[in-house]
Amino acid sequence: MSEQVLKISDFNVDFWVDGVWYPAVIDMNLELNAGKVTAIVGESGSGKSTTALGLMSLLASNARMSGSVQVKQEEMLNANASTLRKFRGREVAYIFQEPMTALNPVYTIGFQIVETLRNHFDMGPTQAHARALELITLVDIPEPEKSISKYPHQLSGGQRQRAMIAQALACDPGLLVADEPTTALDVTVQAEILDLMRGLKDKLNSAILLITHDMGVVADMADEILVMKDGITVEHGTADQIFNNPQHPYTQQLLGAVPKLGSSKKRALPYSENAKPAPVLKLTDVTIEYPKRGRIPAFTAVKNFNLEIYPGEIVGLVGESGSGKTTVGRAAIGLLPIKDGTIEIVGKDISHATQKDLSSIRRHTGIVFQDPASSLNPRLPIGESIGEPIYLAGLAKGDALAHMVEDLLDQVELPRSYRNRYPHELSGGQRQRVGIARALALTPDLLIADEPTSALDVSVQARFLDLLQELQEKLKFACLFISHDLAVVDILSHRIAVMQNGLLVEEGDRDSILQKPKNDYTRRLISAVPVPDPAEQRIRREARLATKK
Amino acid sequence: MAKKNTSDVETTTQDGGENAIFNKETEGLSQGQIVLRRFVRHRGAMTSLFIIVGLILFVFSALDQKIGPFKVPGWWHYGTEDLPELRSEGCKEGLVGCPTFSLRPKFLGGAGFGLGEHPFGQDDIGRDYFALVMRGAQRSIMVMFVIGIIGGTLGTIIGAISGFYRGWIDAVLMRFTDFIITIPAIIIGSVVGYHFGNLGVGFLAFYLGLFAWTGLSRLVRGEFLTLREREFVDAARVAGASNRRIIFKHILPNAVGVIIVSVTLLMSGAILLETALSYLGFGVVAPDVSLGLLISQYQDSFTTRPWLFWYPGLFIITIALSINFIGDGLRDAFDPRQRRRITKKDRESAKTVKKAGA
Repeated sequence: MSEQVLKISDFNVDFWVDGVWYPAVIDMNLELNAGKVTAIVGESGSGKSTTALGLMSLLASNARMSGSVQVKQEEMLNANASTLRKFRGREVAYIFQEPMTALNPVYTIGFQIVETLRNHFDMGPTQAHARALELITLVDIPEPEKSISKYPHQLSGGQRQRAMIAQALACDPGLLVADEPTTALDVTVQAEILDLMRGLKDKLNSAILLITHDMGVVADMADEILVMKDGITVEHGTADQIFNNPQHPYTQQLLGAVPKLGSSKKRALPYSENAKPAPVLKLTDVTIEYPKRGRIPAFTAVKNFNLEIYPGEIVGLVGESGSGKTTVGRAAIGLLPIKDGTIEIVGKDISHATQKDLSSIRRHTGIVFQDPASSLNPRLPIGESIGEPIYLAGLAKGDALAHMVEDLLDQVELPRSYRNRYPHELSGGQRQRVGIARALALTPDLLIADEPTSALDVSVQARFLDLLQELQEKLKFACLFISHDLAVVDILSHRIAVMQNGLLVEEGDRDSILQKPKNDYTRRLISAVPVPDPAEQRIRREARLATKK
Repeated sequence: MAKKNTSDVETTTQDGGENAIFNKETEGLSQGQIVLRRFVRHRGAMTSLFIIVGLILFVFSALDQKIGPFKVPGWWHYGTEDLPELRSEGCKEGLVGCPTFSLRPKFLGGAGFGLGEHPFGQDDIGRDYFALVMRGAQRSIMVMFVIGIIGGTLGTIIGAISGFYRGWIDAVLMRFTDFIITIPAIIIGSVVGYHFGNLGVGFLAFYLGLFAWTGLSRLVRGEFLTLREREFVDAARVAGASNRRIIFKHILPNAVGVIIVSVTLLMSGAILLETALSYLGFGVVAPDVSLGLLISQYQDSFTTRPWLFWYPGLFIITIALSINFIGDGLRDAFDPRQRRRITKKDRESAKTVKKAGA
C-alpha cells in the first residue's frame, strides 16, 4: 500500500457573483496515493479547474470553500498563509494549461527554477543552478546548458511546457496537479509531453491529479477517473470501469460523443473520378507571405499550394498549429492577399481582386470562424447578424428579410424567438449554429469552416458535426473544413489534405490518407492521436515508441 | 432588489446551463443592461447623478431664461442686472452685503431658519450674489457640455479613423495629435480666451473643445486597433460590408464604453479649465459671469467677506466632483474585472443558486 498523498472530503466551492453564491464544486470526495494518476474529466464549467486551484486556496477572493483537503495528512483548507506557502511548490506543484502565460516572460527559465528551489531549500546559487540544469536535462529540453538561460519566448510551445514541468518538479513534490497540460499543444507534442509525465511519475513516485476534457489523454494516463458535471461528481471509478462499463448516463453520453478515428463509415465522393465537374475553388501554386514589419523579416506562411474543391464535397485540411491552414482558408475567400499563384472561385479569378471585385464573389462564399464568441458582434442581436449578408447583397429588406432569417434559424435548429437575442445570451454551441446560419445565408457554393468546433465541448461538438453534415447533404455546398483534429475530419470529409510548415504534404481521399498514409509526417500525426480506450491506447503508445527508437 | 436578483439568476441558470456564470462574468462589458445594473449599484455614482441632475434643474430654473423669442421667468426674485440697495443689518461691524442665509433656529440665538433677502449676500455694488452664482453655474455647465460634445465627437472620429485604417493615415493623425498634446492646455486656453472670450461663452467652449479631443482619440484608436482584429469584423467583411459600415455599425458600438467614460472625465476637466481660464482673466469676461470669474474678482475679499468665495467654490467642487464620480461609476460598470468587495456578511450568506438536478 503506497502512501496517501491527497484526501479530499465533502469539498464544496461557491462563487459570489452579483449578490448570490453559485456552487462550482459540490460534495467532492477523492483519495490519491503516491505513484497514481487520477483524472478529473468534464466539460467546461463543470468545476474541474476550480477544484485544482481550490486545493491550495489559490481561488479568487470571491470564492468560499468548505469541507476538508488534506495533503500528506495535513489540513490545507483554512490553513494560514505560511503553511500554505510551505506546501505550495514543495508538496503540491502545478502545471498550467498555457505555458506562455504561466511562465514569467521577463525571467529566464533557469532563473524561475532556481527561484522555486531557493524558496524552499537552503541552497546556494551555484548549487541551485546545478540542480536546475539537472532538472532541465531530466525533462529532455535540448541543449540544457544553453536553454537554461533562455527566455520563455525563445522556446517552442512544447519546450515551454517542459520547462514548466521542470519547475514543478524542482522540489520533488508529492502531488502534481496538471490542469489541461496539453490542451494548448499539437498532437505530436502532446504525445511527447504525456510520455514525459508518465516517465517522471514512475521515476519520482509522485501522484498526479490530471484535469482535462480530452478523453484520449485520460485513456492514455489515468488509473482512476472522476467524471464531473456542473460541480457534481457523477461517476468515480477505475479507468477500466469508466471506459468499458460506464454507469451514469452522462458518462455514457460523454464517451459516445468523443469522435474516434476510423469509426465512421465509408463515404462516396459526390462525383465520379473520371468526369469531374468544374471546381468551386481552385488554388494553383498559391504562395502567401506576411510582409516584413520593421525588423521582422517577411514570413512565407504558405508555399506553392495546390488544391481543388468540387461541388458537393467536404475537404478536410489538417495540420498542426503554424502549418498555414487558417491562412489558406482566409486567402481562399479573399480576406488575405496572395503573393503568387491564382485562386479561382466558381471560375472567377480573385488573386488580385480589389474590394469591389470581391463583393461579387461574396455571394458564393461563406465562412464559419473558430471562436463563436468573437465572430459575432456582441452589440447586434443575432437576427441582424444572420441577416446582414442578405441585406448587404440587396436581396431582401424589412419583412422579407425577417422571414428569411427565420428560415435560416429553422435550418440550424434554433428557435425563431432567438432572433432578438444577443450573442452573450447563447451558449457556445448555439453561437456556432448562428455562425453557420450566417455563413449559409446567401446559399453559398463554398463554405470555409475554420476550426469551428475547437472551442466547443465534445458533446456540443458531436451535435454540431451532425448538423453540419445534414445541412451539407441537403444544400450540397462544397466545404473546406480546417481542423487540427483528425478524428473530426475523419467523420466529415470526403477528401483530406495534410499541411506541414506551409507545404501541402499529402492529399487524397479520406480512407487512403487515414489508413495508408504515404507521407512520414501524416503517419506521425495519425499515430499521435490518443484514442479514448485505455487498452487500445496502450498498444498504440507502445507501437509509437517502438517506431521512435 | 436582492429578491429580484435571485430570480434573475435562476432563470439564466436554467437557460444557459453551465454557461450562466461564465456569461454573467465575462460578457458584462458588452451588455447595456448589465452595465446599467452595475452602475445603479455604484452608490457614489448614483448619488452624484441625482445631485447633478437636481443641480442643473435648480440652476437653470432660478433665473429668467430667453429661449428664442420666449422669456421663461425664473423663480428667484432677483436677476443679475438688478441693483438692490446694499444691506448691512445683521452683518458684523463695518461689513455690508453679508449672506442672510441662516440655519440657526431662534431659540439658539440665531435669526431663525430661512433664506432671507440675499441668501448668498451681495457683491460690491449690491447685485444679488445668489443670482450671480446661478448665472455662473449655468455658464460653467454649458461650457462643460459643449466641450464634452465637441471634444468627444472629434476624438471619436479621429481615433476611429486612425485605428481602423492604420498605415500612413494613422501616422499623420497621431503625429498631429502628439503636436496638439505638446501645447499646454492652459496656453491654448489663454490664447483662445483672449481672442474669443468676448464673443460669449458659447464660442469659448467651442474653441476649447477643438483642442480637448487628444486623450480620447488615443484611447479610441487603441480600442479600434484591438477590435478590428476580432473575427466579427472579418465576418462582416465577408458578408460584404463597406468600411464605413464596419466602422460605424460594427466597431463603434463596441467601443462606446471607453468613449462614454473618457468623455465624462473630459467634461469634469473642462469645468476646471473654464474656471482656471476665467480666474486668469482669459475665459468668460465681464459683464458676463462665470464661477471662475467671480472668484477672481473677489479674491481680495477672502479675509473680509469670505462668502464671495465660498459659494462659487462650492458649486465648482460639487459639479466637478459629481461628474467625476459619474465617470468613475461608468468606468467600473463597463469594466468586467471590477468586482465589489465581499463583506463578511456576504461570505456567510446562504443565498445560493440551486443547480438543476443538484
